[in-house]
Amino acid sequence: MNDSLAIATEGLSKIYGSGNTEVVAMQDASLQVKHGEVVALLGPSGSGKSTFLTAVGLINPPTAGQVIINGELVMDGPRAMTSLRRFRRREIGYVFQKSNLIPFLTAVENVQIVMEINGVGAGAGRRRAMELLDELGVRDRAANLPSMLSGGQQQRVAVARALANQPSIILADEPTAALDSGRGRQVMDLFAQVAHEHGAGVIVVTHDHRALDVFDSLYEMEDGLIKRSEHPA
Amino acid sequence: MNLAAKDIRHNVGRFLLTTIGIGMLLMVVMGMGGIYRGIVEDATMLVDEVGADLWVVQRDTRGPFAEISRVPSNMVHRVAAVPGVKDAREFLFHTIQREHRGRALRIAILGLSWPTDKGGWVELTEGRALTQSHFEMIADQSLGLRLGERIKLGKENYEVVGITKSMISAAGDGLAFFTVADAQAIQFDTPGEAVRLERAAREIRGANSELGAKLPVLLEQASKSNAEIPALAPPRISAVMASIEAGVNPEEVIANMSGWSDVSVFTRQGQRELLLKGSVEKVKKQIGLFRVLLTIIAAIIMALILYTLTLDKIHTIALLKLIGAPNSRILGLIMQESLFIGVLGYGIAYLLGQRIFPNFPRRVILTNDDLLQLGVIVIVISVLASFLGIWKALRVSPNEALS
Ligand SMILES: Nc1ncnc2c1ncn2[C@@H]1O[C@H](COP(=O)(O)OP(=O)(O)O)[C@@H](O)[C@H]1O
Ligand SMILES: [Mg+2]
Repeated sequence: MNDSLAIATEGLSKIYGSGNTEVVAMQDASLQVKHGEVVALLGPSGSGKSTFLTAVGLINPPTAGQVIINGELVMDGPRAMTSLRRFRRREIGYVFQKSNLIPFLTAVENVQIVMEINGVGAGAGRRRAMELLDELGVRDRAANLPSMLSGGQQQRVAVARALANQPSIILADEPTAALDSGRGRQVMDLFAQVAHEHGAGVIVVTHDHRALDVFDSLYEMEDGLIKRSEHPA
Repeated sequence: MNLAAKDIRHNVGRFLLTTIGIGMLLMVVMGMGGIYRGIVEDATMLVDEVGADLWVVQRDTRGPFAEISRVPSNMVHRVAAVPGVKDAREFLFHTIQREHRGRALRIAILGLSWPTDKGGWVELTEGRALTQSHFEMIADQSLGLRLGERIKLGKENYEVVGITKSMISAAGDGLAFFTVADAQAIQFDTPGEAVRLERAAREIRGANSELGAKLPVLLEQASKSNAEIPALAPPRISAVMASIEAGVNPEEVIANMSGWSDVSVFTRQGQRELLLKGSVEKVKKQIGLFRVLLTIIAAIIMALILYTLTLDKIHTIALLKLIGAPNSRILGLIMQESLFIGVLGYGIAYLLGQRIFPNFPRRVILTNDDLLQLGVIVIVISVLASFLGIWKALRVSPNEALS
């Protein structure tokens, strides 16, 4: 599986609005991530990182360009070439800046639902969800609703949810912003581990320069353009 | 895992309040149906309970329940003599309004054909049927009279010896049963002075007429009471009820009386239909339309509530789409919540109704058929009401999970 491309984008661009209010958020962004590779996307605020990530994540169609996942052309410009929902369900795990948990489900249920949607039985789903929560240090909060959790705990539950399905792609947008540096490091290590052990392709948007050593490659985004960047290590 | 159940548990107070509101609305819809049944039941109750096979009424009238019908008292004997008739009873029915304990008291007075009919067919909750030919009455509970209480009607006092339940006229007034003689005395009660004046006037009219001059003996009669002047006595009963001998076709008996030009004859079924067509028809339409309106209003309110509940869940719905949940899962969430509100609301409507409706002044009858029909309607409007929310949910983009 290694060396095959998990993610490939060709000339992705995104224009928000039109006429006077037109904003070019992303321009000719091309990036390749292999299975088993964990990639950091750096860049100043407003440079288009989130736009890129949501385009790859099939939740915000690009204006032009292609998204190829596991070798399959999924988006051609704004056009979906296949069932996006099925792709999101099976292939992609997301973690966002702000935790995005379902408010009426407990921590463990928030993780479990992803597996349930993929046809994993309740018992097995629950066991795996508990394992993940344990790994992320929030096992004791499993029965709590998100409103009872701190921001950092919510974020860790969200990470557990993204990993639950063993997706072939993980997309994380500043996942450690709400975590202390120790926990942040731990989450980054976890992403790297998922990439290296399970062969997932991982893109992490981050500002946290202390944890950059876990990444296999670094990219820099500026004014909607993606450039490869030198590895500091 | 059932998302609807989890969401409801998380927002329990809000769902309960909404459900109680819907429940009360459904209770009104349920009550409307019950009121309609009650009116039909009350209207036909008397005709059904009295158990007469034939009703002989004043020619071309629709009977004592629909309008004023007057037949002479001796009609009983004429009817009884018709082949096929087992027995005939007098029927007297009229409504009075008097003051009692400071309140207006409307009584629908029904005369029983003493001594053949002592009110034995009347279902009593307390007391007994009539045992003497005068000054006793059976009163419906809705009149508010107590057993043993005496009430003055006309010139006499009548004692309540029996109490019935839910015996009311088509107009909703409580029934009271008297002997025919007492019922007539109450109906035709005239003050003494009026009687004297009428007799004097009668004498003067007679003296001035040619008839009086030719037959002076008539003038002597003029000073007697009305009842003692048979030829002049007005028709004093409302109708005659006849029972038919077993095995005889009512139509044949009616045919036997078809030559009588002073009366019309109806079967029990005919009398029932006249009652329903006449006084109840408009009420039925009125309540039916109200029921339809309320059902539509309930559906609209439910749709709006579900739409709002869906708007509150936009983020969750976007998130479910983001993690790839199929539409059926999201629609299921909305529709199950809708059905929850509808079904629980229906339960609340039923339980509340059971407690509240018996205190209504008129009967509210919940039949199983009506309850079942409303149940089906509730399920249908729950499903329809969720469509607005579903329509909104289908338009949510997974991207909204990020905003
Ligand atoms: N929905 C939108 N409508 C209009 N402009 C947008 C929208 N989302 C982002 N932008 C603009 O696109 C640019 C890139 O934004 P974003 O992808 O969020 O950058 P980053 O994640 O690197 O901070 C910014 O100038 C931002 O204002
Ligand atoms: Mg961003």
